[in-house]
Amino acid sequence: MPHATDLDAFRQEVAAWLDANRPPTPDFLLPESFMEVGTDEQFHYLRDWQRKCYQAGYLGMAWPKEYGGGGLPQVYQDIATQEMARAKVPFFPNTIGLFWAGPLILAIGTEEQKRRYIPGILSGDDIWCQGFSEPDQGSDLANAQVRAVRDGDEYVVNGSKIWTSLGSHAKYMILLAKTSAEAKRYAGLSFFLIPMQVPGIRPVPIRKLTGEYGFTQTFFDDARVPASCLMGREGDGWAIAMKTLTFERGASGGQAGGLVRMALSVDDVVELARRTRRDGRPAIEDPYVREQLVRFLVEAQGDRLCTERGKIAALCSERPDAIALSNKLRLTEHNRRLYLFALSLMGANGGRWVGDAHAVDGGLWPRSYLNAFASTIGGGPSQIQANIVGERVLGLPKD
Amino acid sequence: MSDVSTPSSLSTRIAFTDEQAMLADSAAAFCRERSPRDAVRQRMTTDTGYDAGVWQEIGELGWLAVAVPEHLGGSGLSIGHTAVIAEAMGRHLLATPFASTQLFVQATLAAGDAGLQEQWLPQVVDGAAATVALFEDDGDWDLTQLSARGTRQGAQVLLSGAKCGVTDAGSARALWVSVQLDGAPALALVPASALPAGALQRETIVDETRRSWRLALDGVAVPAASVVTGVTALGMLQAVRNAALLLAAAEAAGGIAGALAVIVEYLNTRTTFGRKIGSYQGLKHPSAEILIGLERARSHVAHAATLLVDLAAGEAHPAAVETALRMAKVEAGDSFVFAGDRAVQFHGGFGFTWDCDAQLYLRRALWLQPWFGDAAHHRARLAGALLGPVGA
Repeated sequence: MPHATDLDAFRQEVAAWLDANRPPTPDFLLPESFMEVGTDEQFHYLRDWQRKCYQAGYLGMAWPKEYGGGGLPQVYQDIATQEMARAKVPFFPNTIGLFWAGPLILAIGTEEQKRRYIPGILSGDDIWCQGFSEPDQGSDLANAQVRAVRDGDEYVVNGSKIWTSLGSHAKYMILLAKTSAEAKRYAGLSFFLIPMQVPGIRPVPIRKLTGEYGFTQTFFDDARVPASCLMGREGDGWAIAMKTLTFERGASGGQAGGLVRMALSVDDVVELARRTRRDGRPAIEDPYVREQLVRFLVEAQGDRLCTERGKIAALCSERPDAIALSNKLRLTEHNRRLYLFALSLMGANGGRWVGDAHAVDGGLWPRSYLNAFASTIGGGPSQIQANIVGERVLGLPKD
Repeated sequence: MSDVSTPSSLSTRIAFTDEQAMLADSAAAFCRERSPRDAVRQRMTTDTGYDAGVWQEIGELGWLAVAVPEHLGGSGLSIGHTAVIAEAMGRHLLATPFASTQLFVQATLAAGDAGLQEQWLPQVVDGAAATVALFEDDGDWDLTQLSARGTRQGAQVLLSGAKCGVTDAGSARALWVSVQLDGAPALALVPASALPAGALQRETIVDETRRSWRLALDGVAVPAASVVTGVTALGMLQAVRNAALLLAAAEAAGGIAGALAVIVEYLNTRTTFGRKIGSYQGLKHPSAEILIGLERARSHVAHAATLLVDLAAGEAHPAAVETALRMAKVEAGDSFVFAGDRAVQFHGGFGFTWDCDAQLYLRRALWLQPWFGDAAHHRARLAGALLGPVGA
C-alpha cells in the first residue's frame, strides 16, 4: 500500500494536470455517455481526450505494464478517476473496451489476445462494441439467433445484432453467437472477439427518440472471421457473457478507470433549482421543490453509502449479493426520475428542446431525461433487474 | 452558499469493528431464539410487555453495559454497539426496555454530573431499566417547547404538569424528565420511588409489543442537585435525540428485514391460479423495492452510527452527524412503513386478520415513524441544512 502522503501528492498532481489540460468547451452539445455518441465531431473530440489522458499516464494505471498499462496499485487509478469526476472533464468513449471487454480479456484471455487488444483499448485507437442483443429476443440473451458456423479456418456469421453503441466507429466487437443448432440453449452459444472491418458486416445507424444517432443495427451477411476469434471453446459463450455482465453491472473490479458518463447528479439539479424561478423567488425556496430535492439527496447518499458498505463483508452477511445485484436498478431509476424532476424546475421553459436559443442549459435536461432510458432499458431493463433481485437475491420463484 | 453541503461532499465513512461484527452475530442468534412469534404474541398481553427472564439475560450478556464507561462498571464500548443490538431486536420483534434504557444512559452521560452517574449507571449495568420523559400532549417534536414546569422551593424542585409517550416508564427505576425551569429547559432525574401512586397511566398505542405511559408530575419533588439546567440540559436533549434517531433507525432497519422475511416466506408458499404467488411480478417487483429500501436503510444506519461514535471522540462535526442521523431515520422509517404496508397487502385476506404477523411489523413501523420526528419533519430540517435557508 502506497504511503498516504504520496497519494495526496499524486492527487494534487492529477488535479493540476486536469486543470491545465482540460479540453476546451466545444460549440456542440456533448453526448452523455458512449451510448449517445451520434456525430463524428463528438466522437473525435472524446477519443482525442481519452488518448491525451492515456498518454499522460492517467488511464489503465492498474493494468499490467506489458500490455500498455501503468502497473501501479489500483488506488492510483481510483484517485485519478475521482479527480476527473471532480474536475467534470469529459468521459472516455471506449467504454466497452475499458470497462467490459478489456477486463474480460485480462481475466480469461490468452497471452496473444492480451498483447494484441489491450494497448489499443487504452489508447482509444481500437474502439470496441458489443454484439449481445438481437432484434427479436429482447432481454433473453440466451436465445441468441445470430449463427456462426465453422468453415475451415474461419467462422461464417449470419444474422443481426441491435443496440450496437459506437457500431459505426468500432474496430472490434465482442459477439455472442450460436455455434450449434442442436445443443440446448446455453450450450450452443460461443463468444467471439471479431474485427468489424470485414466484408459482410454492415452497421446501420438507428435514430433514437431524441432524434440523435448513437446505436446501430449490425447486419452479418456471410461475414467470414478467423477461427482464432473464438474466445475459450465453443459452448463457453454463455459463461463468458455472464462474466462480461458482472463487469457491466459494476459487480466486479478490474476496469481500466476514467468516467463512463457525463454525470449529471443531484448536485447539478440542486444547482439548477438555484438558477430557476418560481413565484418570484428561486425555485429552491419552494417547499415542494425542497421536499423533493431532499428525497433525491437521501436516496443518492444511500446509494453512495451502499457502495461503501458493500466493501465491509460483515455488514453484508445476510445477502452478500444484494448491493451488487441491485446497483443498476437503483442508480439508473434514480437518474431517470431525477431528470424528469429537473424539467419541472424550468417553469414555462420546460418544453424547450436542444437547439432552441432559450432552452435552459442548451436543452441538456430534456435530452438527459430521454437518454436516461438507455440505461433503464439497456443491459437488461429495470423490470428484468427487479426479477433478478427478486429471484436471485430474495429467492422468489421464477415466472 | 459555499458552506452548504452537497451530497458529493458528504462523508461516506463507515467503520465496523470485529467486536461489532461478533456482537451482531450473537445478538441475531439470541433475539431469534428468545423471540419466536408465539412468545411475541404472549408478551403483548402482559403488563410490562417483556419477559423479565430475557431482560435479565440481556444484562448478563453485558448489552446494558456497552455504552457505559469502564469506571462506572460498563465495558466502555460505543453507542455504535447499541445500534447493532437494536437492529437485531427489531428484526425479531423482541420487546425489551433496551432503547428506553439507552436513552437514559446517554442523557446521564451528557449530564456530566459524576455523582448522578455513579449513583445510576452501575444500576443500569446491573440490569435496571430506565427511561426518559420528554414529549407532551401537544405532540410537538421540538423538545425545548415545554409546558411541564419546575419550581424551586428551598433545596428542592417541585414538578408540575404532565409528560406523555414515556416508553417503559412502568418498568423504569429512574427517569429523566424535561421541564421548564426559570424560563429554560431543564432535566430532572426522578427515581421511580419518588412518584406518587397513580402518577403513571398506561397509554393505548398502535404497537402492542411496546409499553408507553403518561406521567403526571403534580406532587413530584426532587433535590435541586438532581436537576440539570442551562447549556448542559440542551446538550442532554441533543444527545438523547441523537441516540433515539440512531436506535429508531436501526430498529426500523431490522424491522424491514423481518417484514421482508415474512413476505418472502409467504410468497414462496402460497399458491393461486396454480402458481406460487411470488412468481407474479406484481408482488415480486415491490418485494425487490423493499429490499432496496432495506439496503439503503442499513447503509444509512451504519454510516450514522459511525459518525455518532466519531462525534463522541471529537472527530466529527455535529452538523454532519445530525444530517446522517436524520437521513437514516427518514430512509429506515419510510421504508419500514412501506414494507409493513406491503406485507399486509401481499397476505391477501389473511393479511387483514389479527393472526397474520404482517400487522405486527406494520404497527411497529407506524409507532417508530413519529417517534422523535417523522420523515417529513426530518426532510424539512435536512432541506435547511443541505439546501440553505429560505429567503437568505
